[in-house]
Amino acid sequence: MERIFFIVLSAALVNNFVFVRFLGLCPFIGVSKKTEPSLGMGLAVTFVLTLASLVIYLVNAYLLIPFHLEFLQTIAYILVIAALVQLVEMFINKYSPALYQALGIYLPLITTNCAVLGATLLNTKLHYNLLESTVHGFSAGIGFLFALLLISSIREKLDKANVPAAFKGAPIAFISAGLISLIFLAFKGIIPE
Amino acid sequence: MSHWKEFTKGIIKENPTFVMMLGLCPTLAVSTKAIFGLGMGVAATFVLLGSNILISLLRNIIPEKVRIPAYIVIIATFVTITDLLMAAYLPPLHEALGIFIPLIVVNCIILGRAEAFASKNTIFDSILDALGVGLGFTLALTLIGSIREILGAGTLTFEMLGVGFTLTLAKYKPMIIMILPPGAFLTIGLLMAWFNQIKINNAKKTSR
Amino acid sequence: MSGAPHIQQGDSIPKIMWTVVLSLVPAAIMAVIVFGIPALNVMLISILSAVLTESIINFLVKRKQTILDGSAFVTGLLVAFNMPANVPFYVPAVASFFAIAIVKMLFGGLGFNFLNPALAGRVFVMFAWLPAMTTWVKPHPGQWFYSFFHLKPVADAITYATPLNMIKMHGHQALLTYFGSKSALYANLFIGNIGGSLGEVSALALLIGAVILLVRKIITLEIPLSYILTVALFTWIFGGKKGLFTGDWLFHILSGGLLLGAFFMATDMVTSPITSLGQIVFGIGAGLMTFIIRIYGGYPEGVSFSILFMNALTPIIDRYFDSRFVFRMIMKKKMKIK
Repeated sequence: MERIFFIVLSAALVNNFVFVRFLGLCPFIGVSKKTEPSLGMGLAVTFVLTLASLVIYLVNAYLLIPFHLEFLQTIAYILVIAALVQLVEMFINKYSPALYQALGIYLPLITTNCAVLGATLLNTKLHYNLLESTVHGFSAGIGFLFALLLISSIREKLDKANVPAAFKGAPIAFISAGLISLIFLAFKGIIPE
Repeated sequence: MSHWKEFTKGIIKENPTFVMMLGLCPTLAVSTKAIFGLGMGVAATFVLLGSNILISLLRNIIPEKVRIPAYIVIIATFVTITDLLMAAYLPPLHEALGIFIPLIVVNCIILGRAEAFASKNTIFDSILDALGVGLGFTLALTLIGSIREILGAGTLTFEMLGVGFTLTLAKYKPMIIMILPPGAFLTIGLLMAWFNQIKINNAKKTSR
Repeated sequence: MSGAPHIQQGDSIPKIMWTVVLSLVPAAIMAVIVFGIPALNVMLISILSAVLTESIINFLVKRKQTILDGSAFVTGLLVAFNMPANVPFYVPAVASFFAIAIVKMLFGGLGFNFLNPALAGRVFVMFAWLPAMTTWVKPHPGQWFYSFFHLKPVADAITYATPLNMIKMHGHQALLTYFGSKSALYANLFIGNIGGSLGEVSALALLIGAVILLVRKIITLEIPLSYILTVALFTWIFGGKKGLFTGDWLFHILSGGLLLGAFFMATDMVTSPITSLGQIVFGIGAGLMTFIIRIYGGYPEGVSFSILFMNALTPIIDRYFDSRFVFRMIMKKKMKIK
C-alpha cells in the first residue's frame, strides 16, 4: 500500500512527467496558452494514460512475454495506443458530441504524445504489476494536468505583461517552465528511491 | 522547389527544433552532453531516412484510410532496428538515451515528414528532405547539448567508446543546474529567443 | 519584495521599497555582528550586482532607469540574506543577476514577475553550486570587533552545521546536547548566535523589522500568521520522535528562514494572492510544504521552495478566489437570509 502511495507521489510530483522527465512537451507548448484547452487536454491524456497502462500491461504479460516477443514492444505498444485513441475518439463522438467538439484536434494528437508511450515503457522498465502500472499511468496524467494548469495560468497572465519581443510566445513559456522545474527539485528525497 | 532547397530548408528556415518546435521531448531530455545530443540526432536521422524512403516508395500503394497506422508500423520498425543496433554496438549511448530511443516513434518530426512530404514526393526528394531535417535536428541537439555540458560540467565530449575527444575547462566550478531540467528549459528558451531576435532584425532590414 | 500595479493608499514605490530596506537593517546589523566582515562583503556584492544588472538592462533596451525606486536594492539585499557568510563572490553575484535579469526583467519588469526574484535566484545558485551554498560558518558574535581593531582576520571559518542540519541529521537530542538546554537553544535562536544564512539567524532582528512593516501597513498579517501557525501546528503534531503532539514547534518557528520568508518574502504583493482568503490559502499551503520538506524531505530547509511553489500557484488561487467567487458567496448568504 505504501508502495502505491509512493508511485502516486513519484509520478505526479517528484518525477513529474513534464518538469522532470520531459515527457509530453509538444502538446504542452501548443495547448498551454489558455486554461480551458489545457484542462481538456489534461483530462483526455489522463484517461488515455490510465487505459493504455492497463491494456498494455495485459498485452505484454499475456502476449509478448510468453511468446518471447519482447523485441516487438515498441511496435506493439504504439499500435495499441493508436487503436485505443481511435476507440476513445469514436466513443466520445457517439456519446457526447459536445465533448468531441471541445476536444477536437487534441484527441488524435494524444497518439504522438510521448507521455503516453513513455509511461507504458516506464511501467515495463520499472517492472510494475497490473495495479502499479495503472496507478502510475493515472498519476502521471494528473501530474501532466497539473503542469498544464500551472503553465497556462502563468501564460494567461503573461499575455498582459511587457515581455521583450524576442521572448514573446514560446521562449518565455520555456523560461517559465524552467523556473517551475527549479521549484519541482524541492520534491527530491521525499520518497525513497 | 529545387533539389538543393529540399535539403537546406530543414537546417535553418524550417529547423525542426527552433522553428517548427517539434521533437522537444528528446531534445531537452538527452542534451546533457554534446555526444548524447549528436547520438540522438543521428539515430533519429537514420529512422527518418528509412521511413521517408519506404513511405515514399509505397506512397501509391498504401490506402488512404490506413495510412497513419501504416506509417506508424514502418517508423516503429526502423526504431526497433535502431534500438537493437545501438544496444549491440554502442551500449553507453544506448544506456544514456534510455527510453528516448523507442520514443523516436512518436517524435512528431518523423510522422510529420512522412505525412507532409514523403507520402507526396519522389524517393530522391524524400531522401534529401530526411537528410536536411535530420541534419537540422542533429545540429540543434548538439548545440544545446554542448552549451549545457560546457556550463554544467565544464567539459565538451565528442567521444564514444574511445573514439573522438573530450575537452575539459580547468579551474571552472561548473553550474550543475545546467545539466538538470531547469538548465534544459532555460537553454532552449534563451536560444529560441535569440533565433527570434535574428528573425526580427532581418525583418527590419528587409522592410527598409 | 517589489511593488505591484495595484497599490493602495497612493504610497509611492520608492517609499515602500526604502521602508522595506529600513525594516531589514536590524537583521543586516546582526548578520555583521555574528559573521563579521564577510557578511558585509556578501551584501555589497549582491546589491551591487542587482543594481548594475537592472541599470544595464534598462540602458540596453532603452527604458527609463528604475534603480532609484529601490526594488533592485531590496532584491539584492534579500539575495544576500539567503547566502552563507563565506560564499565565493560569484555566487551572490550570479544569484542577483539571475533574480533581476531572468526572473524580473524578462517577464516585463517590476510588477510582472510571477516568482519572488530573490528566492528564485537563491534556489538557482543552490543547484548550480551546491557545496558553496551548504557550507556554513561558525558564528562568532563580537569577534569582528577584535579583528577589526587589531587588524587581524577573523578566526578561520570553521564549517558548522545549522540547527536545521543538526535536527535533520542527528535528531532533536543533538540540538539539546550542543546548546545545553532547551532554554539555551531558544535563546540562541532568538538572538542569532547560530549558523545559517545571513538574514535568517536573528529572530529578534527579523521581528523588529516585521513590526516596522506592519506599522507602516506595507504587509498584512494573513500570510505570515497563517504560514507560521501552520508550520507550528504540523511540526507539533507530527514532528516529534516520541509520538504525536511531541514536536518542538517553537524550535521550528525560530529556526531556518521561516521568519524571514514569512514576513519579508511571502508577503510580496506581486507574487501573492489579492484576496484575504487567497492569502490565507497561500500561507497554509506554504506552511504545509515547509513542514513536509523539513520533516520528510531531502533537504533540511524548505522555506524557499514552499514560497516559490505558492508563488506559482498564485494565479490559480486568484482565479478561484476572485470577485466572482466572493460575489457568489455573498449572493448565497443573501438567499439564506430570505
